Amino acid sequence: MEQLLLLLIFLPLVGALVTAFSGNAAKHVALVSSIVSLALTLALVCNFSPNASTQFVVDFPWIQELGINFHVGIDGISIITVLLTNVLIPLIILAGYQHNYKNPKGFFALILFMQSGLLLVFTALDAFLFYIGWEAALIPIYFICAIWGGKDRIKVNMKFFVYTIAGSLFMLMGIIYLYLQNPAHNFDIQAFYSLNLDSTQQCWIFWAFFIAFAIKMPIFPFHTWQPNTYTEAPAVGTMLLSGIMLKMGIYGVIRWLLPIVPSGVQDWAHLAIILSVIGILYASIIAFTQKDAKRLVAYSSIAHVGLISAGIFALNVQGMQGAMVQMLSHGINVVGLFFVLDIISNRVKTNRISELGGIAKQAPILAIVSLIIVFGTVALPGTNGFIGEFLLLMGVYQYNAWIAAFAGLTIIFGAVYMLRMYQNVMLGKTNELTIGFTDIKGSEKVVLYTICVLIIVLGVYPKPILQLSEASVQHLIEQVTQKLTSVN
Amino acid sequence: MNIIITIAVTALVVLYAGLFKAKKALLPITLVGLLASLAFVVTSWNTNKTYYGMMQMDNFALAFAGITIVGTIFIFLLTQNYFAENSENIAEYFTLILFALAGIEIMVSYKNMSMLFIGLEIMSVSLYILAGIRKGNFASNEASLKYFLMGAFSTGFLLFGITLIYGATGSFDLDVINQYLVGNFKTISPMFYPGVILILIGLSFKIGAAPFHFWTPDVYEGAPTLITSFMSTVVKTAGFAAFLRLFADTFAPLHDFWLPPLMVIVCLTLFIGNVTALFQKNFKRMLAYSSISHAGYLLFSLVTLSGNSANNVLVYAAAYTFASIIAFAVLILVKQKTGNDHFDSFNGLAKKNPLTTLILTVAMLSLAGIPLTAGFIGKYLMFLNVMGEYQVYLVAFAILNALVGFYYYFKVIVAMYFKEGNEIELDTPVQYKVVLVLSVIITVFLGVYPAVILNLI
Repeated sequence: MEQLLLLLIFLPLVGALVTAFSGNAAKHVALVSSIVSLALTLALVCNFSPNASTQFVVDFPWIQELGINFHVGIDGISIITVLLTNVLIPLIILAGYQHNYKNPKGFFALILFMQSGLLLVFTALDAFLFYIGWEAALIPIYFICAIWGGKDRIKVNMKFFVYTIAGSLFMLMGIIYLYLQNPAHNFDIQAFYSLNLDSTQQCWIFWAFFIAFAIKMPIFPFHTWQPNTYTEAPAVGTMLLSGIMLKMGIYGVIRWLLPIVPSGVQDWAHLAIILSVIGILYASIIAFTQKDAKRLVAYSSIAHVGLISAGIFALNVQGMQGAMVQMLSHGINVVGLFFVLDIISNRVKTNRISELGGIAKQAPILAIVSLIIVFGTVALPGTNGFIGEFLLLMGVYQYNAWIAAFAGLTIIFGAVYMLRMYQNVMLGKTNELTIGFTDIKGSEKVVLYTICVLIIVLGVYPKPILQLSEASVQHLIEQVTQKLTSVN
Repeated sequence: MNIIITIAVTALVVLYAGLFKAKKALLPITLVGLLASLAFVVTSWNTNKTYYGMMQMDNFALAFAGITIVGTIFIFLLTQNYFAENSENIAEYFTLILFALAGIEIMVSYKNMSMLFIGLEIMSVSLYILAGIRKGNFASNEASLKYFLMGAFSTGFLLFGITLIYGATGSFDLDVINQYLVGNFKTISPMFYPGVILILIGLSFKIGAAPFHFWTPDVYEGAPTLITSFMSTVVKTAGFAAFLRLFADTFAPLHDFWLPPLMVIVCLTLFIGNVTALFQKNFKRMLAYSSISHAGYLLFSLVTLSGNSANNVLVYAAAYTFASIIAFAVLILVKQKTGNDHFDSFNGLAKKNPLTTLILTVAMLSLAGIPLTAGFIGKYLMFLNVMGEYQVYLVAFAILNALVGFYYYFKVIVAMYFKEGNEIELDTPVQYKVVLVLSVIITVFLGVYPAVILNLI
């Protein structure tokens, strides 16, 4: 049982190696590997006791001379992200089934390699390990997007890569600084938590970490890489980026930024929230004007993430719990949306909203499932999106009612541009492009049905998820407020 | 000592073998000789012998001797057919490289300024000839002449510096000089300071640090690729070892004096190396400029002198050496097929040569400093060292430069994987495969488990 987490982290790596040498069966091998990971994750969730403690801890020295330990563990916060990763990866692999990728071995092996990196990020309790995972997740997605992407892929992905690596290098600088401050000279997260940094130090560390996380999420004005990268990436790459990878930034804020530099956060939270809200409004307005459905969803993702980050920086239990649920929901919904768009573009070779229309008549099942996903995205009550956004808005409201009012516009705006897109794509007259549209089948059905079930189940009965994270979230907020009061 | 003797004797034997036209025997003899000297490195570990106050075989010297010998072995393994295509007199190649290596082993173990000079000259004179060994080739001749003129010029600086220091202290011996500094700290002769600066300049020339770097790109580009790889890895490592021996130990009490000029050199080296590498269209020239920027990172170890400085340089040099050897080996293979060494000739390489491109990719990631490769550990140690002294701005500057580095190292990855090209299939001889695979294993192993090398010295 103790080694379950190790198995969870390294299984995808083994899977990636097997996939890389598996010839034509690559996608099946990858799928099997990811499903085994999912099964292990479910076993982990079942054995997880929902309290604030860190469980399944594995800790052994890795590079002793440098104070680096292989220290991983899971608490109520990381279990959500681990669950998210391992639920989505099989769906994403399955979503890749309909494509005939050139060199599928490399493609699916990279996905599994990335899964390993992501899990390392979400479970690391050693800052150095966290950094390793952070970069290890970036390299595969760079290759996925740049090899199998659209025609502008090289330039766009170079921008994406340099952008993110710039952020992470400054984070590395912050990590080294904390390491040097730590009298025990190691990267242990608890040691980092108990450092006594003055407010100038906290300010610098805050920015070193915040920029890395803000670029990953992305928060306005660090978002400029995102729409192009999402649009040019292959559908699977977009799903990985939007569904899982951006949660690395959110998770980083919760796990590393808030507890290590609480007064730095307190000093700058206002700015962070305002940037997030500007991002929400800005992205929503731009989403209105998009002619390409994929770009529209990309911008809507910025808006949703803005709300999550605002909820986190509000520094209260509601906001944080909302962020937990919404991380999961947003991941599921956005993967669903991008998959629907991928199905469409796969059949009619375009995602331009004006060229589509009347798909519902030809493909009623697709129309229904995508309606459910759209409802989830616009946070209709009874869907998963509602729980998360409701809690987030409540959290932001407690922080400041005016900011909450502006942040709440995301729901209204979102409903408008999402439903308008749905209307233009699915409803209306069937044109010559969409007349031959065939309905979903096989693996497409499996993926979309699963997503719809998740959307509804989480929307109607979110309690298990909330319970998983509740104790840890409360503990985190207490920890932060305690540290703040002791400073003041 | 027996290390240097073994190498020198091997060089002579190879020369005689060449005389008797025993072309096939050259490589085996050389390898046996080098492996023997490597064995001596291992057996002399921790013995710390001093030879007549001239050379000291401490662990520092042995570690650097080890890495330079291994690097040379790898480069010799890449010689298959390479020299034969370039020249009639293969034995001279072997001999000259071996003589250069003998000079290098003196450079890493000197205890006396005169030995530094002798080692440096043995190495340099061999390299001047090697750079110009393709007699009919214009670029090769230019490289040789340029290298010779610049090298002679810089040796002048070095000698003048040594003279001034001799004038101040009355000795060439490093210990005596160090004791002089410690004992007369308040009354150091005014001759001493310009001496230090002149030596700093002379050695900066040799390692190709800006603003004394102008010879490097032309020489690296003009010299035969294999010689370039020798110069930019083994020779550079030796230069740093010599640098460290003098500045990190002997001149350490004057750290405050030579730090400001060193900082200028570090910043210029990083900046010029990186920014110029960015605009290169030629892979070999890009490697030349990037080697300048790596010299900048290596100099970080002198910015803050700690007990780890030497070891950090060793780790970085090891990472850099093996990644560079991969890069040059693949470059030779590509050039054999396409006839030029532009980035364009790497286009679409991944299609037919998945393993080779993967290995080159790992090498590029290592040079750029991505985690889980040796290059990252090297850079990390350098950053850690400098952050320890709270030179935060220097680290921030280095990080910006590292970002530029990502851009140009990824250019070749982009070409290999993402661009369409003339799908060539490389002919990779067995020795090349061995070198490539071994180098990549070392690169990844040092990246994942650097503990083996961290406390070596």
